Amino acid sequence: MAGSDLIMYEEEFKQIDAELHKLYQQANAKVVFLVDKNGQLIASSGETRDIDTTSLASLTAGNIAATGGIARLLGEKEFTILFHEGERDNIHISLIGQRIILVVVFDQRSSLGLVRLRVKKTSDAIGRIFDSIVGKAEKEKAEGKIEEFPFAEISDEDIDNLFR
Amino acid sequence: MSFINYSSREINCKIVYYGPGLGGKTTNLQFIYKKTNPVQKGKLISLATETERTLFFDFLPLALGDIKGFRIRFHLYTVPGQVFYAASRKLILKGVDGVVFVADSQIERMEADIESLEDLKLNLAEQGYELIKLPFTIQYNKRDLPSIAPIEEMNKILNPDGVPWFEAVAINGSGVFETLKNVAKQVLMELKKHY
Repeated sequence: MAGSDLIMYEEEFKQIDAELHKLYQQANAKVVFLVDKNGQLIASSGETRDIDTTSLASLTAGNIAATGGIARLLGEKEFTILFHEGERDNIHISLIGQRIILVVVFDQRSSLGLVRLRVKKTSDAIGRIFDSIVGKAEKEKAEGKIEEFPFAEISDEDIDNLFR
Repeated sequence: MSFINYSSREINCKIVYYGPGLGGKTTNLQFIYKKTNPVQKGKLISLATETERTLFFDFLPLALGDIKGFRIRFHLYTVPGQVFYAASRKLILKGVDGVVFVADSQIERMEADIESLEDLKLNLAEQGYELIKLPFTIQYNKRDLPSIAPIEEMNKILNPDGVPWFEAVAINGSGVFETLKNVAKQVLMELKKHY
């Protein structure tokens, strides 16, 4: 496969979760979530109950991808921040590094200025956590430690059972 | 590029349905959606034009079940088949774990099949992928129509490497789950090999 898979362990997941929760509170947001550039939801915080976060993640990544396409047509490398203003809710989308998308949904209880300020701080922190995830995965692979991965043991029957 | 989360014990994989315009990619997803237990599926998102042609992509999240305590989630995408949506097709292939090529079996659509398959290879190459190295299944769709090419001929032209293939009539569901199951199996086996 091209590129490496994203592997998230408990420790880093907790750190990310804590950062997202902090952002959710400090930015007075409704929902905050983190998405892989391929459209997979990594983590979320806030009032997620009424939101289809899986679809939102996929569409956000599609949005970032399309905007990236527009940027390249204009000779830009990428547009790193997108903002959509609605009647009730607004959405602030930003790229962290080249791989992760941070999304903040907020309403009139907050402001674009506040969200931008807090997002910047969180982006730095999450960027550092992802650096450590990548470093850890490379180290463990080099040491052959990923053997605990559950898939080493799967059989045809396990897969067939998924479709019953 | 799958996402393995040890904390929530989930494995997410991305499967893309590729093929010429009006070949039945969206119909495949619609049938899967219709026949899947509500607890296993999310919403089917279709970004389509007013004439129901896919504009950007269709998306269907599917949670099939657990293996070794990990929940397996497949994210199914289709690309817009019409030639002029090349940019969108490229974007959707990002991070793909497995590909289904939905070929239109009608003789008059053979050219479009060939063109689309070449387009797929090119777009994958741009991202550093090789089709032959990816989990890949071919579906020969519309087998119920009168003017269809024989399977041997289609295999000769579209499937020289002999990857798994299935005959299908996506509109009534025939061959749809067989195709999905095959590509899903290849994706999971690739993950197993990878670690």
